Amino acid sequence: MTRTISLRALLLATAVAAAPAAMAETPADMLVVAAQVDDIISLDPAQSFEFSGNDVGWNLYDRLVDFDPLDLEAGLQPSLAESWEVSEDGTTVTLTMREGVTFHSGNPVRAEDAAWSLQRVVKLDLSPAFIFTQFGFTPDNVEERIRAEGNQVILELDQPYALSFVLNCLASNSGGIVDKETVLANGGEDDLGNAWLSTNSAGSGPYTLTAWRPNEQVQLQAYEDYWGGAPEMKRVVVRHVQESSAQRLLLERGDVDVARNLSPNDVQGLAGNDALTVTSEPRGRILYMGLSQEDPLLQQPQVVEAIKHLVDYQGMADSFLEGQWIVHQNIIPAGYLGSTDENPWSLDVEKARELLAEAGVTSGTLRTVVRDIREYVDVAQTLQASFAEAGLTLEIQQMTGAQVLDAYRARQVPIFIGEWGPDYADPNTNVSTFAVNPDNSPEARHSQLAWRNSWAVPDDLAEKVAAAVVENDTETRSQMYLDIQSQYREIAPIVPMFQRVEQAGMQANVQNWSAGGSVASVSYRQVVKGE
Amino acid sequence: MEPPQGGQPPSALPPAGMTPPGRGHSSAMRRRLVKIGGIVLSLVLTLLGLLVVTFVIGRVMPIDPVLKVVGERATQAQYEAAYQALGLDRPLWEQFLRYVGDVLRGDFGRSISTGHPVADDLRRVFPATIELATLGTLIGVCVGVPLGVIAAAKRGSWIDQVARVVALVGYSMPIFWLGLMGLLIFYGILGWVGGPGRQGIIYDGMVPNVTGMILLDSALARDWGAFRDAFSHIILPACLLGYFSLAYISRMTRSFMLEQLSAEYITTARVKGLSETRVIWGHALRNIAVPLITVIALSFGSLLEGSVLTEIIFSWPGIGQYITNAMLAGDMNAVLGGTVLIGACFVGLNLLSDLLYRFLDPRAG
Repeated sequence: MTRTISLRALLLATAVAAAPAAMAETPADMLVVAAQVDDIISLDPAQSFEFSGNDVGWNLYDRLVDFDPLDLEAGLQPSLAESWEVSEDGTTVTLTMREGVTFHSGNPVRAEDAAWSLQRVVKLDLSPAFIFTQFGFTPDNVEERIRAEGNQVILELDQPYALSFVLNCLASNSGGIVDKETVLANGGEDDLGNAWLSTNSAGSGPYTLTAWRPNEQVQLQAYEDYWGGAPEMKRVVVRHVQESSAQRLLLERGDVDVARNLSPNDVQGLAGNDALTVTSEPRGRILYMGLSQEDPLLQQPQVVEAIKHLVDYQGMADSFLEGQWIVHQNIIPAGYLGSTDENPWSLDVEKARELLAEAGVTSGTLRTVVRDIREYVDVAQTLQASFAEAGLTLEIQQMTGAQVLDAYRARQVPIFIGEWGPDYADPNTNVSTFAVNPDNSPEARHSQLAWRNSWAVPDDLAEKVAAAVVENDTETRSQMYLDIQSQYREIAPIVPMFQRVEQAGMQANVQNWSAGGSVASVSYRQVVKGE
Repeated sequence: MEPPQGGQPPSALPPAGMTPPGRGHSSAMRRRLVKIGGIVLSLVLTLLGLLVVTFVIGRVMPIDPVLKVVGERATQAQYEAAYQALGLDRPLWEQFLRYVGDVLRGDFGRSISTGHPVADDLRRVFPATIELATLGTLIGVCVGVPLGVIAAAKRGSWIDQVARVVALVGYSMPIFWLGLMGLLIFYGILGWVGGPGRQGIIYDGMVPNVTGMILLDSALARDWGAFRDAFSHIILPACLLGYFSLAYISRMTRSFMLEQLSAEYITTARVKGLSETRVIWGHALRNIAVPLITVIALSFGSLLEGSVLTEIIFSWPGIGQYITNAMLAGDMNAVLGGTVLIGACFVGLNLLSDLLYRFLDPRAG
């Protein structure tokens, strides 16, 4: 008898203990996000250049011009700058500041703050500096060339540029406007506040930084006096959760509202759960294959052309890349000015064999060096299989990300498989690295992808790229990029294959989520939670 | 009847400072001073050796720390500026001396993978690891020692078999899989424990940070809600680590016990009519205390290094993950700082177990 009772007691205890297992819920005015955020090394807009760092900075700072997170396709909108104009000769851009905006400190946002913020990006000369130095600003001349006059910021460029190009650069994360007085008050005299701003915030954006604990968590607090209206979500907590399955469990249990790094398996696992939804958003990153022109086999145009037909684009996008990557065979990501969905290549072994025969190639060995990420290795193995059908042997070498990058920078990777993410929302960001190579000599050590693949970009293509940067008619400019990409598909030994899609799992009541599409970073201010 | 103080010293007993008996008071003083000096010297040499080895490994590693700083878009000029700013253009010995000099002034430098001073990072991640490792070891000791003792006493019985299987599984099961299954069952399905992370969102930042160990901090603040929450988050990873340490501890306890139980003094005790319980728990166990403490200290020490996989699965921001991330980024300041800290802990644990020997075994004076 005692035995039965204790068994029943046990069962009862189990049931009671299991009862609170009914969904936990995050507070109504708080957004909790699970994501991989261990790549943040600095929150200073003049330094931050990592995805997660930009995701934070995007919400702490306002830029002079900005995207509407709910309508990214509408393009750039006035933000801290209310209006802008370009001089007749195209070399001077004047932006007029919005009145009555205050920083988190309560200081007014002045043209002087804006000019100082842009100057410090150039002067500090850290990773994002090139976004502004490409307009001819140098640490020596920037104080004259970027200056405040009254409530206007004046940019004096070294030559005429397309206004859309200039504005798109101002809308990058490094264009975030910082509170000069607050930074200076916090010991920013020596390093322009770089050390302090790396771990603190001094902006006018919709959120302030409450805490950043590396590899653990980022906490943001809503700025009630935000000029665009106080955000609905009063607190945002981004928790670093490395594992996709752990993110999924947290989401299913209701302990987080959004999970941003779910594997295709876990996304499938969420299907049929009515309490959760999955959104898909194209992002800017391109997965491409670089064919080094140092390799004698890859120097032959027919071999390059054959390889373009030896990739099972659709097969991969429908299997292990499903939901994470879509086929995209152009260097400008969808969502950008001048992007195209023309994807002419598909797996065609017969055609590849013909092309190889034309070049007199019946067999050969090629080597690829890939980062030890599952997706890349799977892509490499799929290539290996289709290459083999055409008589080519592909050797796969796996390394850590840092090692691959090292070898790539030293031009020692015959076939590179990897990603490129745009740095600012203008097509030039990708074109200037995929299709520009001012000096193909080994000593030049350029950072352009064309150089890393030892590809000397032909002069006529280089001229087209240079012309597109200064074309002020947006329609014409867009057409020019279509033309550049069409030539690129014909001749380049660099093969764009896929564009990134971000799938985020979230509670059904989370609305207006925006990870920033292909042009921006994540934005929390428009997020609301329904019933 | 007093338990026999003699018996055979367990063979696993480390030679804990067997000095000849003293002759006079002042010479004893001097000997003690020499001994302390020796301990300090060996401590310093150990740490220095550790630094040298880590430093050299870090420098020959095929990872370029500059790239982490400047990113892959950097121009050659930016690259070189960062290279010099990190002091990498200096000869290796000079870099090392400079580093040791900074460390002696208490400056571990700035981590390039987190942007924070390494000392701050360590202050944040190490308490998380200590908390987890301590609880894990406690579980390992509380379950592992009795299990080992019983297994040895009832050698060949079903309980011995069970203990063996438990130890075997603990040794061979991938922690990654066990951790995920544990999360899925106890958090995902049953909801008995908290999920990944150290705290629920509601309690985050509610308790003042004193020690960095949330259980301790919330107890100090008498915030029992926060305590319960922190406990529900730590219990699963602690059980997991505890399981691995109990597998080791129970196995070692069993073999120590078997050795003791075949010793003559045990036979004597039995012949004198002592109860089996007394023989086992009072006499035999007491005599394996010294080697057992070495085992426990080692096991605790290895948990202090941080169990990287457990930390990843449970989003536990501990030192294992910190050092691994730093290593992959070529972030030598962080790696060296972490290594010195863990090295110092090992040395400290050794000292502590040395002291405990003396306390438990008067012959080891």
